[in-house]
Amino acid sequence: MQVNNSEFKPKIVAFCCNWCSYAGADLAGTNRLNYPADVKIIRVPCSCRVNPMFILRAFQRGADGVILCGCHPGDCHYTTGNYYTRRRMTLLFSMLDYLGIEKERTRVEWVSAAEGAKFAATMNDFVETVTKLGENKRLEDLRCKEK
Amino acid sequence: MQRIGVFICHCGTNIAATVDVKAVAEALKHEPGVVFSTDYPYMCSEAGQNIVKDAIRDYHLSGVVICSCSPRMHEATFRKAAAVAGLNPYMVEIANIREQCSWIHKDIPQATEKAITLGKAAIAKVHLNAPLYAGESPVVKRALVIGGGIAGIQTALDIADAGFPVDIVETKPTIGGKMTQLDKTFPTLDCAACILTPKMVDCAQNENIKIYSYSEVTDVKGFVGNFTVTIKRKARYVDETKCTGCGICTEKCPMKKVPNEFNLGMNNRSAVYIPFAQAVPKVATIDPEHCNMLKKGKCGLCAKVCTAGAIDYKQKDEFIEEQYGAIVVATGYNPINLDKFDEFAYSQSKDVITSLEFERLTNAAGPTSGTLLRPSDGKHPHTIVFVQCVGSRDTSGCGKEYCSKICCMYTAKHAMLTREKYPDTDVYVFYIDVRTPGKSFDEFYRRAVEQYGVHYIKGMVGKIVPQADGTLAVQASDLLDNKQLHINADLVVLAAAIEPDKSARPLATMLTASMDTNDFFTEAHPKLRPVESPTAGVFLSGTCQGPKDIPETVSQAGAAASKVIGLLCKDKLTCNPCVAHSDEWMCNGCSACEKVCPYGAITYEDKEFRMPDRTTAIRRVAIVNEAVCQGCGACTVACPSGAMDLKGFSNSQIMAEVDAICK
Amino acid sequence: MENKVTKETILRISGVNPRKCMRCGKCSGTCPSYDEMEYHPHQFVYMVENGEIEPLLKSKSIYKCLSCFACVERCPRDVEPAKLVEAIRLAVIRQQGENHLKPETIPEVLNADLPQQAIVSAFRKYSK
Repeated sequence: MQVNNSEFKPKIVAFCCNWCSYAGADLAGTNRLNYPADVKIIRVPCSCRVNPMFILRAFQRGADGVILCGCHPGDCHYTTGNYYTRRRMTLLFSMLDYLGIEKERTRVEWVSAAEGAKFAATMNDFVETVTKLGENKRLEDLRCKEK
Repeated sequence: MQRIGVFICHCGTNIAATVDVKAVAEALKHEPGVVFSTDYPYMCSEAGQNIVKDAIRDYHLSGVVICSCSPRMHEATFRKAAAVAGLNPYMVEIANIREQCSWIHKDIPQATEKAITLGKAAIAKVHLNAPLYAGESPVVKRALVIGGGIAGIQTALDIADAGFPVDIVETKPTIGGKMTQLDKTFPTLDCAACILTPKMVDCAQNENIKIYSYSEVTDVKGFVGNFTVTIKRKARYVDETKCTGCGICTEKCPMKKVPNEFNLGMNNRSAVYIPFAQAVPKVATIDPEHCNMLKKGKCGLCAKVCTAGAIDYKQKDEFIEEQYGAIVVATGYNPINLDKFDEFAYSQSKDVITSLEFERLTNAAGPTSGTLLRPSDGKHPHTIVFVQCVGSRDTSGCGKEYCSKICCMYTAKHAMLTREKYPDTDVYVFYIDVRTPGKSFDEFYRRAVEQYGVHYIKGMVGKIVPQADGTLAVQASDLLDNKQLHINADLVVLAAAIEPDKSARPLATMLTASMDTNDFFTEAHPKLRPVESPTAGVFLSGTCQGPKDIPETVSQAGAAASKVIGLLCKDKLTCNPCVAHSDEWMCNGCSACEKVCPYGAITYEDKEFRMPDRTTAIRRVAIVNEAVCQGCGACTVACPSGAMDLKGFSNSQIMAEVDAICK
Repeated sequence: MENKVTKETILRISGVNPRKCMRCGKCSGTCPSYDEMEYHPHQFVYMVENGEIEPLLKSKSIYKCLSCFACVERCPRDVEPAKLVEAIRLAVIRQQGENHLKPETIPEVLNADLPQQAIVSAFRKYSK
């Protein structure tokens, strides 16, 4: 089946750390910077709270892309959290790539509380990339699909 | 099954203009567990909060979902309201449908759909919420102020006045900061030293204030109410307790050719020095870079002349550790380096100076004793050109993007004072915009033009070329006259942009306080919490937070002090209950969590367990110290057995959110 | 003139965004041939932003600009006024006689001895 890209609306899950990226997302809102409504944000205390399970679960439940945002390296509110994230996600994304989830569907970005514009730009770019890739069918669990 | 109430806020039209709030309320009403759903124009108002409180009582709600602005804004408000109505505050979840929905989307159906999804995710999370109870931790009733400029001094004095002990850590040998180098202060033109030095003396005499001069903060551990700070007391080779500040050593020191940083290198000082007459503490310091005794082991003259016996060449850097309940950052600013602005010939000519150097040239305690003389030949300048916005409002990468805020006013002050003292000088000020908002500020600038005849020219200086006769050829544009001007100036003063002190960045890392891209500390809320850092217990005072003038700095310093006093008045602080928790039955004692914990909050214990077959077994299990845990969640991911979970952001809660979003 | 040169054309050729200008006038302050010019660097920026292209096209100023790029170098907002002057100059050159290069004629004109740079600049001058 050919995916019609003009109508395809991807499901994007964004995990944002409470201290930098969630505040950056709020700033994007305060500055009225548009990005697609397909992005839904989940607030976590730190990017290192994101268990690889959550990302697998998202893909299983039909997400088309997952993006993880944290503080810039060295700026983590918990000092070292984002370093763990960086290592864990490198491994996870490499495994997902092996499983057929294209590398472009997963991303880690550092967005500080002052970077509302960067947040919006990142989301626009990510949604565009995922939209081009089309629907994710690799890990999707058909049993979870609502009829 | 929880009994959940859903409350949708219109936020006036902020949400309601792009999100069909009625449709959201209707859609969420049919979610499992939802027993009440409503919308209201301002949920955070008292009437709005009453709706929440009444619904909790009337419908026996066990969970509340508020679809409104960011939880960073009003989560605390609604939690408090829930607590008043008898519901555990941690049974409240916020769906952010303003900053992350209505404000960024224009299409009403799309925004409404997203709001519904966000609401569903919050409902899914609340289903798995459990009541949480916050623990308490004690507060050390002592504050630390980092930086001893006017901001730090004012903050320390205000905290000390309230009866709490305060320590000031200052890297320079004396407190006072940049203000000690200034001549007069706008807009009232009172002399900086006259108003600052009494405050410095107050600091020294106040029994609640301890000054660590010539010292640096090298490490910060702990959290709000309980910081452990390591302070490095640099060796000044003079015993502070013995030195009387008589100054004989500075007179006798044979090494007199050290550039005097207090006068920005425009004259020299001796290797053993007291920065200026009113220094606090008035104690000599030996500069190890230039002292012959410390470098070559020959001289020792100062030790011979010192009647107090205060000189100690064997002194070493000393590290002390102190406990503090609150930390105030007041690290201040510096003018930027002008190397990238070669067109202004700052490095080529001694007669092109920065405004701070101009302050020293007109200051009675400066290198020329207050007479305005050209640094190159010591003659009176007759034509002076002031250039504003040098490196400010610059997006080309050479300077700073922001407006440095203080330059318009101090340039007007310099121009005015020059014309008053030396009426025979021609003074030109090149400006892009004159920005003088503030009490009596614009009147002050107009006085410079109307009463003192300063030539204000709308335009910018393009280049400055030093001439053979010692003058400076200034080429500039006059945009209003549409002319290019060529002025032969004797002195050019550059209003250099200001930037945060270099020590601010490493300090921010130590404090885990966030900074913006320009290295200014960010405040917890730009409007409503302007003196607090997002990191609890860390407060901001003065220009470390953004460019500001003295009156603003002093008012911010006072505000920071009042926040610190508010914190130190408490005997105990409520901890964040969203901390890690280990399921003892699932834990296999592998130590993976202990290794990733940045706070050392996890320890291991051998515990006796009653096994299902009625035997007892001793197992090694992880224990989380809830007072120390900050709730980052690193351990939860490291745990291979899934025993470790984070309260308030549990695995199942986040997964429920993922499921709701992906549905 | 047949085709009216629009503001959009100039912006496209130059790649300059005149809205970035904060009207400081440093470009005109630094310009070495300021007195030779009828319209000065800062006016180029302002007039292009306001769509006043016609007077600039007719002005001798575009040939007085030395292309020294001092204004580009020193502009605090990265506006690059010299590129606007250059773009207007190009617009004038391109208009004269509608002498655009056509892709099919290029092999005929191409001389093996022609330096690379000359070919590139010919494209800039004559292609549409």
